[in-house]
Amino acid sequence: MHWINALAMILMIASGWEIYNDEVIFGWLHFPHWMTIGGGAEGALQWHFAAMWLLMINGLCYLIYGLATGRFRRKLLPVWPSEVLATVRDALRFKLGHDDITHYNAAQKLLYIGIIVVIVVQVLSGFAVWKPVQLSELATLFGSFQGSRLVHFIGMALICGFLIVHVALALLVPKTIGAMITGGPVVDGAHQGGGR
Amino acid sequence: MIKTPSPSIFRPEGGIDQSALKEHKALVEDINRRGLLRGAVSLGALTMLTGCNVTHTDAVQSVLKRISQFNDKVQELMFRPNHLAPTFPESMVVKPPRFNAYYDIEDIAPVDAASWKLELAGKIENRKPWTAQEIYALPEEEWIVRHICVEGWDYIGQWSGVNLKQFLQRVGADLTAKYVSFKCADDYYGSIDMASALHPQTILATKYAREPITDPFGFPLRLRTATKLGFKNPKWITAIEVTNEYRGGYWEDRGFNWFSGI
Repeated sequence: MHWINALAMILMIASGWEIYNDEVIFGWLHFPHWMTIGGGAEGALQWHFAAMWLLMINGLCYLIYGLATGRFRRKLLPVWPSEVLATVRDALRFKLGHDDITHYNAAQKLLYIGIIVVIVVQVLSGFAVWKPVQLSELATLFGSFQGSRLVHFIGMALICGFLIVHVALALLVPKTIGAMITGGPVVDGAHQGGGR
Repeated sequence: MIKTPSPSIFRPEGGIDQSALKEHKALVEDINRRGLLRGAVSLGALTMLTGCNVTHTDAVQSVLKRISQFNDKVQELMFRPNHLAPTFPESMVVKPPRFNAYYDIEDIAPVDAASWKLELAGKIENRKPWTAQEIYALPEEEWIVRHICVEGWDYIGQWSGVNLKQFLQRVGADLTAKYVSFKCADDYYGSIDMASALHPQTILATKYAREPITDPFGFPLRLRTATKLGFKNPKWITAIEVTNEYRGGYWEDRGFNWFSGI
């Protein structure tokens, strides 16, 4: 699921940049052509509206799985602000432990919850840009049409920011890479089923 | 074929038994087809790995085109026939509207209203051509709605003219046909689905901000529908056809999504 999401997300971002270039929001910001997918707006739109199915179907499966099995509750909750601060303090002193990679620290929990929320909002603002009339009730939440475009752009920027941090930290702790590909170390039944 | 000088002692007499292959010929062909599909999918993934220009190969293009056609169907299902697009106060109307065509504004070829005629074709009972005067005499309605371009810009426009559904009823068009297609004086062309054509906010516009539409914006007659992107609104219309045949459109034939509903 993770790698399907990674592929879909990269396709969405790179084609989205090409679509953005057709009518920029910020005059100073154009995405270099070599970074984009689609060749032009028409091709980029085709990629964007193809990859969206991959992203949405995979994302829905992930959300249903996470909620139904209690994985979200077990791995991502609770998040205490004091714990987050402690984790950040440890990290800055290079004292952060990574002995048990099946267990997320508080900063990880916060980031993972955050990125899930950002992606959900990103899908919603995407619908608002695509269907401002048919889904006018949803589009109203983002203000005007340009409001939806701006939210969709900011969502993209946050996802890119997360991507950079996420990849950099994974590379710093190389044993997580293997886990990301294989599904992670085998944990005993008691740990897996035992609530948090 | 590799020919061995002397037949191998392991080679069966009379050649290899082909019966198993013949028996499962259909299966083998089926597997090849599946392989092709798999190939198409991995080709998409390959793009990401190599960064080279695989995106323009025919296989990828045809998959993307199929998905775009699938998205036409999805948008048809999402379409709410009686749901009105948001409307706005007159104070928000942008004057003049924003120009856009497949050429620059300097290259506009104005249409002469005196000799202009609107031709009708296809599944329409009364196909008598219309003059500009006859069109102007029809009952008018006005909508102040948002125009959204596929590029990403938008503005509020104030359009008036005859409601397309009422016009189609007046000329005896078959409202169960699939498409309404348009031809324009500048060789632009386009087509829309019947459900969108019958939407209350779809009109044949003759006026902008209560004044006759000026040359760059489609004088004397253009389509204005509140439920589709800007390029789905042909300007300088010269012919309307009601048909069950898919006619595509200028931008659609160049890769943009056909339904393009908003």
